[in-house]
Amino acid sequence: MPTSVAPVSIDELKAIAKRIRAHIVEMVFEAQSGHPGGSLSAVELGVALYWNHLRCDPANPEDPDRDRFILSKGHATPFYYAVLAERGFFSTELLKGFRKLGSPLQGHPSMKALPGIEMSGGSLGQGLSFAIGHALAGRLDGRQFRCWVMLGDGELNEGQVWEAAMAVPHFSLGDRVIALVDRNGIQNDGFAEKIMRTDPRAMFAGFGWKVIECDGHDMAAVDAALSEAERPDERPRVVVAHTVKGKGVSFMENNPGFHGKAPTREQLEQALAQIGEGLA
Amino acid sequence: MTQTAPAAATREAYPFALMELVEQGVDVVAIDADLSVSTMGYQFGEKYPERWYTVGVAEQNMVGIAAGLAACGKTAFIASFAAFLPGRCFDQLRTSVAQPRGGLNVKCVASHGGITVGEDGMSAQAIEDLALVTSLIPFDVVVPADFEAAKQAIVAVGKTTRPAYVRTGRPKVPAIYGAEYRFELGKATLLREGTDVTLIACGVLVGVALEAAKLLANEGISARVLDMATIKPVDREAVLSAARETGAIVTAEEHQTTGGLGTAVARVLAENAPVPMAFVGVDRYGTSGKWDELLTYFDLTPGRVAAAAREAISRKR
Repeated sequence: MPTSVAPVSIDELKAIAKRIRAHIVEMVFEAQSGHPGGSLSAVELGVALYWNHLRCDPANPEDPDRDRFILSKGHATPFYYAVLAERGFFSTELLKGFRKLGSPLQGHPSMKALPGIEMSGGSLGQGLSFAIGHALAGRLDGRQFRCWVMLGDGELNEGQVWEAAMAVPHFSLGDRVIALVDRNGIQNDGFAEKIMRTDPRAMFAGFGWKVIECDGHDMAAVDAALSEAERPDERPRVVVAHTVKGKGVSFMENNPGFHGKAPTREQLEQALAQIGEGLA
Repeated sequence: MTQTAPAAATREAYPFALMELVEQGVDVVAIDADLSVSTMGYQFGEKYPERWYTVGVAEQNMVGIAAGLAACGKTAFIASFAAFLPGRCFDQLRTSVAQPRGGLNVKCVASHGGITVGEDGMSAQAIEDLALVTSLIPFDVVVPADFEAAKQAIVAVGKTTRPAYVRTGRPKVPAIYGAEYRFELGKATLLREGTDVTLIACGVLVGVALEAAKLLANEGISARVLDMATIKPVDREAVLSAARETGAIVTAEEHQTTGGLGTAVARVLAENAPVPMAFVGVDRYGTSGKWDELLTYFDLTPGRVAAAAREAISRKR
């Protein structure tokens, strides 16, 4: 188990992010279903985390000392599976089976269906609680791993997240549980401001967390925010990443219509061209 | 069976079962949700403070934390009232516990089951919990009849790696079993032999069924009595033997007649050995009262069970 991570350059992270974005739109096109918007918004967070911060070994995915990444916003599987594949947990060939009969890559994650998938998800709001369980077990067993939990901002409507946000500082788990909020401002039915206004900063700060904000698409800023979140503090840390839903594909950007909708073939080609040009 | 033990509530067995599991080397971690004085979980916490947490009034978070503990190899127990566990956290039990990897090692011990919770009234009276948890595919579901059975049942589920639900009760009830009793997961206990009808009960209704058998004996009707503590997986062999050897079945439970013991027994009969069957349970919402008064109010009585037996027997061909 690596106790530290050999950092990758920001330019290299950006190149990886392009590949992840291309996988996302290809997977959703191939399946003709899935959630591209909230996958594209999470890319920089996921790439910076998996390559520069998460202490894990894809060859030893069950190492009890590994850091855990827990995807609470379970619909972002195109992002999640693409990151795991590019990071070496399984072959990128498997991505073609996304959402298809016989593939382990279900529409929402199924725990241990493939190496690296830590939690079953899809019903929102459950990841932070699950991470607390891991963290308590880690403390009981004298292990030092961290749990990074990615939440959507729409997901913060779920009361269970508030229960868990209350419990992390109560159990003094700040150095073991770090929350990441993909603040893309859009949820299933539309703009979060209209559906149910929730300010993640006020919410987490109210429970005693330290709030770290960053531009969620500036790779260097994201990388620095994750480093800041790792630094010991009396308070648990939440990184609120200001992101754009559908980032990197012009017609998906900030468009509630692409929360859970697949592109046409023409749109796919347009999307891949834009991603290649590095609009992101 | 000998009846030497004093009356005790099945919920009182919970901390002792957990202590026994720890003493046997099981890596138990237990969580309560601000009802530990009632679930008795606090007694385990006093003995093993490093193995016990309370999460406040937050059942959903409790389930998720237990799932995470189980994913790291712990045997995670969670406790609350049967009205709230599973009622307040069913989706968490389904998504975070039942579905991952064939089911995570989380054990629910839900106290205050059924209408005998008493004075708290209908909101606290769980008559849906068994229907909910039997629908969770990998779960074992157990409703023990007395303190000794509850203690052994909790220990038994604690030694499996499957998720489980054990329902305990609030009131002190007479002992059914003596020290010689050995609980076996998935096996019914034959409490009284009989040839004309079989009364299959769980929990508090086991004692009621035994009384009903005495009433029937006075009329020359020979009633077999089975304690079907494990509702899932139900003891098919015991049900089928009862059908073939007595020709009529009555189920009795402190639950709706849909989705609990009666449904589990009926399924076995319908597929393999249809015989006349009658269901005794609670199919309406409750009210406040003392637990024994409520048994009468809901007609969960020996007289009702005996009447159901006569009625089922009358339908024999």
